[in-house]
Amino acid sequence: MTTAISVKNLGKQYRIGAAETKFRYNMLRDVIVDTVYAPVRLAKALVGKSERRSNNNLVWALKDVSFDLEEGKVLGIVGRNGAGKSTLLKILSRVTEPTVGTVAVRGRVGSLLEVGTGFHPELTGRENIYMNGAILGMKRAEIDSKFDEIVEFSEVTQFIDTPVKRYSSGMYLRLAFAVAAHLEPEILVVDEVLAVGDAEFQKKCLGKMGDVAQQGRTVLFVSHNMSAILRLTQEAIVLNKGQMIMRGPTQEAVDFYLSSGQSQAGERLWEADEIPAASAPFKPISLKVKDSRGKVVDTVRSTEPVTLEFEYELTSPITGLRVGFYLSTMRGEYVLTSFDTDTPHLFEQFDSRKAGRYISRAKIPADIFNEGRYSIGVNASSFGVRRYFMDENAIAFNVDISGAPGTQWPEMRVGPVRPRLDWKIEKLD
Amino acid sequence: MTEIVKHEPTTIYIKPSKGLAALNLRDLWVYRELVFFMVWRDVKVKYKQTLLGMAWAVIQPVMTMLVFTFLFGKVAKLPTDGIPYPVFSFTALLPWGLFTTALNQGSRSLVAHNNMVTKIYFPRLILPMASVFSGLVDFAIAFVILIGLMLYYQVTPAWNLLWTLPLLLLMALVTALGVALWLSAINVKYRDVNQALPFLTQFWLFATPVAYSASVISAKWQLVYSLNPMAGVVNGFRWALLGSGNGPDLSFWVSALISVVILVSGLFYFRSMEKTFADTI
Repeated sequence: MTTAISVKNLGKQYRIGAAETKFRYNMLRDVIVDTVYAPVRLAKALVGKSERRSNNNLVWALKDVSFDLEEGKVLGIVGRNGAGKSTLLKILSRVTEPTVGTVAVRGRVGSLLEVGTGFHPELTGRENIYMNGAILGMKRAEIDSKFDEIVEFSEVTQFIDTPVKRYSSGMYLRLAFAVAAHLEPEILVVDEVLAVGDAEFQKKCLGKMGDVAQQGRTVLFVSHNMSAILRLTQEAIVLNKGQMIMRGPTQEAVDFYLSSGQSQAGERLWEADEIPAASAPFKPISLKVKDSRGKVVDTVRSTEPVTLEFEYELTSPITGLRVGFYLSTMRGEYVLTSFDTDTPHLFEQFDSRKAGRYISRAKIPADIFNEGRYSIGVNASSFGVRRYFMDENAIAFNVDISGAPGTQWPEMRVGPVRPRLDWKIEKLD
Repeated sequence: MTEIVKHEPTTIYIKPSKGLAALNLRDLWVYRELVFFMVWRDVKVKYKQTLLGMAWAVIQPVMTMLVFTFLFGKVAKLPTDGIPYPVFSFTALLPWGLFTTALNQGSRSLVAHNNMVTKIYFPRLILPMASVFSGLVDFAIAFVILIGLMLYYQVTPAWNLLWTLPLLLLMALVTALGVALWLSAINVKYRDVNQALPFLTQFWLFATPVAYSASVISAKWQLVYSLNPMAGVVNGFRWALLGSGNGPDLSFWVSALISVVILVSGLFYFRSMEKTFADTI
């Protein structure tokens, strides 16, 4: 076997805080002072002296990462927000340069970092296929030969000569993904593209990725969707704060990743570097799992209600905000989704929320969960407008089933839920 | 299922680049089709959803020419070395229009395509290059009008324009690309460039003999004046097409040299900044 990707001591350092200096005008006084100071700043910029050059502003988004990947293997990459996944992919696809370390990549790298890059709304579907193909590094002859296949895959055949600005967002994404999926590089880098489109199209995309892997190409796959990672990869690495903390068979890696919240014992606190800048004005603070006595716990009893408490801050008012949870098993199957404004009276009362600190508290009744470990993801969004914050794996907790229905038999019951159903037995003569 | 083309893949080494990065012209060659596609897209999209379409490529220089003819030809009566003012100014407005469009589009090209820069690898040089080249189509259209004007005023060009004109055109493009490389790279970090561009363009227009003849500049300032490469281009256009003024003299070669210096320094500056584009844009 030949090595397709060889990563050695890779590190990437970012300077943070540079963006702040640009937008710090709060008062007219600042503007005036800043204007007067402008010539000095220009002079400094020209001689190459940055205004702030303290090392405190430097962070390692990626540090000391080393791994080899053989040709034809599919490697999953998992990690929390800000763990360095995207930075790693950006270095591998040569969008950004590493600060230290080397990568040897054998063959063409195709990236699906964001599908549809370079699409122009005024151009037709046909024209955009050629344009986007060229941007992704395809030759014209190559696009010609795959054109029909791309159109068919995208399911927009009858609109192929319509400007894409007239497309629905679903059609747009399908076309964009179709081009990228037919790129056929030796190494494919995929980041969260499966979050696009409807369920059926997602299935098709997963199928396409499976094909790609079977054709003997190397795939690097980043996703928050654990079931997709489990299905498509045999091996995965876990990144945490820029460092590779584990590499192993996917099931083990996923278990390790999902249970890495365990040390926090029923409580998750978000640190500044785990909150993307784009989530403002929403700022997550903490998520707690509490038992019926209000104690923060890592293991809950299935026969008692559980309370989930999500504390957050809004730095400015938000209209239509909903804050909620996804609950899933360790295998990545979703159990339920619920938002704090699901009920009509809360929906009306909290139509808009003022700036300030909030707690959204959900009480999950007793007799819901089966034995095992569950993962909670949080989501804060305005429906159809914007998703402020999402952490698909905010925390995990165990469920103890002593006293639950059916525990007189010491056996594993399949299925994520274990409700106390209202059984009646009638004797018919 | 599609067959994979079995060719021996080349190994790429990704590592921090040190010092002045090599120009990496090989990559530029590999991606040459992308330049073509970007130019093609710019041209296709430019006049979409406009009533007058391609006519804008003609209207803009013609209207400017009319305004100049009235102000400088009729009111101010500037000397034109005996050439009818409309042809005199239009000959200069053509390369000038090409230059300003190229300079403005090129300098904004990286920021305008920031989603491409932050998502996909390709030689970043392609963006300013494509922006500069896409102005050539407008230039070609407006050139037809110039031929009409020359026929109307019965101006006969010299035959050597067949090779001098392409060279002068190249010099205008080289200058525009050189300045655009500097400004687009600076614009990634300091958006001050966006604010400075209109001012720069206007200032540059005054420093270039578009509305007036270069012969009004006194002899002792001619050499300083020729430090502006566009002065050389515009004078050259008038010489090649209308036979006015001198052919390439010392001040012309100074202009040509300066334009090459701007391009080469721009290329190296651009390449040295290129690695930070995706992080700072």
